[in-house]
Amino acid sequence: MRKAEVFAEILVIAISLGVIAIPLVLRFGAGNAIEIHARVAEAGGWMPDGIKAKAGETLHLRLISDDVLHGFAIGQMPETEVDVEPGKVTDISLEFSQPGNYTFYCTRWCGLNHWRMRGTIEVSGDAPASTQPVSEPLYVTLGIDLDAPHPAVEIPSQTPSASRSAQVASDLPDAYLSTDYYRANSPAEAFSQLRAEPSTATLEDAQVWDLVAYIWRSNISGDGILDGQSLYQANCAACHGEDGSGNGIFADDLEAAGEASMQSMQGADEMMMQRPKDFTNPRQMLGASPALLHGKITRGGMGTGMPMWGAIFSEAQIWGIIAYLYDFQFEGFSP
Amino acid sequence: MELSRYPLIKGVLKSRWPQWAFFAVLLAMFLFAIFAGIGGTPVGNHNFGIVFVWIAWWAILILVAVPLFGRGWCAVCPIPVPGEWLQRGAVLDPPPINKQGSKGRWLNLRWPNKLRNIWLQNTSFLLVALFSSVILTTPLVTAIVLAAMLFLAVGMSLVFERRSFCRYLCPVGGFIGLYAQAAPLELRTKDKSVCVRCEGKPCYNGSQAGYGCPWQVFPGGLTKNTYCGLCMECLRTCPHDNIAINIRPFSADLSKPSARLDEAYKAFIMLGSAIIYAAVLLGPWGSLKSAAYQVGSAAWLIYTTVFLAVILLALPGAFWLMVRSSSYLSHLRQKSQSIVRRNTSPRSDFSRLATALIPLGLAFWTAFSLSFVLTNGSYILMTLSDPLGWGWNIFGTAQTAWQPVLTFILAPLQSLVLVGGFAWSARTAQKNAAEIALSPAPVIGFCLGVTLLMLWLLL
Repeated sequence: MRKAEVFAEILVIAISLGVIAIPLVLRFGAGNAIEIHARVAEAGGWMPDGIKAKAGETLHLRLISDDVLHGFAIGQMPETEVDVEPGKVTDISLEFSQPGNYTFYCTRWCGLNHWRMRGTIEVSGDAPASTQPVSEPLYVTLGIDLDAPHPAVEIPSQTPSASRSAQVASDLPDAYLSTDYYRANSPAEAFSQLRAEPSTATLEDAQVWDLVAYIWRSNISGDGILDGQSLYQANCAACHGEDGSGNGIFADDLEAAGEASMQSMQGADEMMMQRPKDFTNPRQMLGASPALLHGKITRGGMGTGMPMWGAIFSEAQIWGIIAYLYDFQFEGFSP
Repeated sequence: MELSRYPLIKGVLKSRWPQWAFFAVLLAMFLFAIFAGIGGTPVGNHNFGIVFVWIAWWAILILVAVPLFGRGWCAVCPIPVPGEWLQRGAVLDPPPINKQGSKGRWLNLRWPNKLRNIWLQNTSFLLVALFSSVILTTPLVTAIVLAAMLFLAVGMSLVFERRSFCRYLCPVGGFIGLYAQAAPLELRTKDKSVCVRCEGKPCYNGSQAGYGCPWQVFPGGLTKNTYCGLCMECLRTCPHDNIAINIRPFSADLSKPSARLDEAYKAFIMLGSAIIYAAVLLGPWGSLKSAAYQVGSAAWLIYTTVFLAVILLALPGAFWLMVRSSSYLSHLRQKSQSIVRRNTSPRSDFSRLATALIPLGLAFWTAFSLSFVLTNGSYILMTLSDPLGWGWNIFGTAQTAWQPVLTFILAPLQSLVLVGGFAWSARTAQKNAAEIALSPAPVIGFCLGVTLLMLWLLL
């Protein structure tokens, strides 16, 4: 066999093996980053969806989308949000000062089950997991059954306006303006109680509803409602619609999926994946107290398709979203 | 014009090293494409397997290699090479000095006579075409198809003689052979009488200088490009320096129409596939795309039925009616003018006139390919730097944004190509119909109809 033949054979084999071996060596010899693949929930969601880390140490993540555009963020740490583009690698470095369980989630409307894309980072360390005392959720303290229907007994004939009520607000007893009152009562309950007040006896129903709007408006800050609006549009509008009417881009598919699967659970009511709530419906919204909405957002809809946001949003963010939800019922609400 | 009379060109073509270098590089790229499909990102437009096979390679093949070099791609294609090397027991060496002829190793069986046609190639192309929406977009499926072709080629080299895979089974080789007839490059003998007198026919049987024609073609009988793989073995083995590589007019082979039905059907398969691809991949019909993509679903079965019916029945059926109309019109004219028509069968007329569809099909594929190549070409830069979607940036182009290029000339260019293809087809139909004293008008009408359909789909 000629030397040239041997040379050609060796070179062909070397090149053929090299194009496979070199990438493998480069890949598996590189760094200590943890690779997380993102796929729509139906195809597996985050893989892996459980990661371990140590407090005070840098955690390197390589985020790769295997299908569509996803987003990555850690709950209550909005600064960690990054887009995860398909076919590209997004490197991020994180450091957790406190041990505990952190939830990471998808921030892009990637598909019908986008909200199922959740994962946890279990951060261990010497420090105690949390220095804050665990407080009971408000709806538990108030004994609210989140899954029970809560329709408003009475609804206004015209949209209540916080600004219209300025003239009669002086008649309002101070107790109604406290944060505790606002959170514990629904607008419909506030209307009934105000209707029974001697100081408002001379007012028309519409004027009393305006006072309700005034109470709600006086309990939120301009920044809070703007934050709430921003969070709502980024996280809630996909299902509930940008206008709050329950007609988000996933609404029809969610309803169809619910009907098809008939996922049910035992409880006060049989529940299944259902059409997202319509926040523009006064019968529903004016019968819901901020505490009830807080519970629904924090805990989730338990089988209805409404995700659990307690691990994602901070308390302030959740109250901001609730404030914005009432904007669908009251005029002059947004700053 | 004979290119091989230039010593430099002839030297390059006769030497085994340049071809070996192509084989080595392209085989490595081919293996890497398979590897990328399996181990790289499943996102098609960021995967080497999809981008370099279905965009880069396809663009080079259909826009440059086939129209200009005919079977030039087959001369450097890496798919049959490992099998051929195993068959020969060498990657570079010519046959050993003590061994005359090019009898291959392993079983070395003759390809069955009944399968010595391109019906299997027609079938293999249709199979790939039916699953193309998935193959073209899913790296893993592309990898499986490429690997299957490689294993088939190797397996066939171990069982059958020479390049039986290329000649009788390769889904790509079939249409390259069809359109190679329109290419301005050919390999021919300089003087056929030299071949007739030549003892031993080393170009076919092999010699110490090289292997017998891997494509099972006797160069002395070559009249068309269809089955010559341009491998240059005959250039190496011919003891009389009687092989030439020529530049020629584009339509040279089209004036020698084939009467074979398998080749005629290849023209319909290619023409129909281009039309259906334009509708599915470039058209605005989402449900059609979904049907083509959801392999195994009821919608896909309907799509498959329609696909096959259009390609195998509707188009050939309509063409058959046109050919019969040609015959009828000619009959009327012959009666009035006392012209004597050559005695050919309707089947032969059908096949011969189907040659007119070759330039049209090539134009359809060119126009269709221009559309997605100009639209998706920027993925090549992106994938060049990060071929596996692993976050590399080898040449600094990994972050290149997707950007369609030259879109302003796309529609005029496609129109020009389609109208040019129609004119070329009409001229071919006119010449070939005249040969058998038929009226070309119905066939030209058929070509015009499908051209208008393609214009509507693309523009």
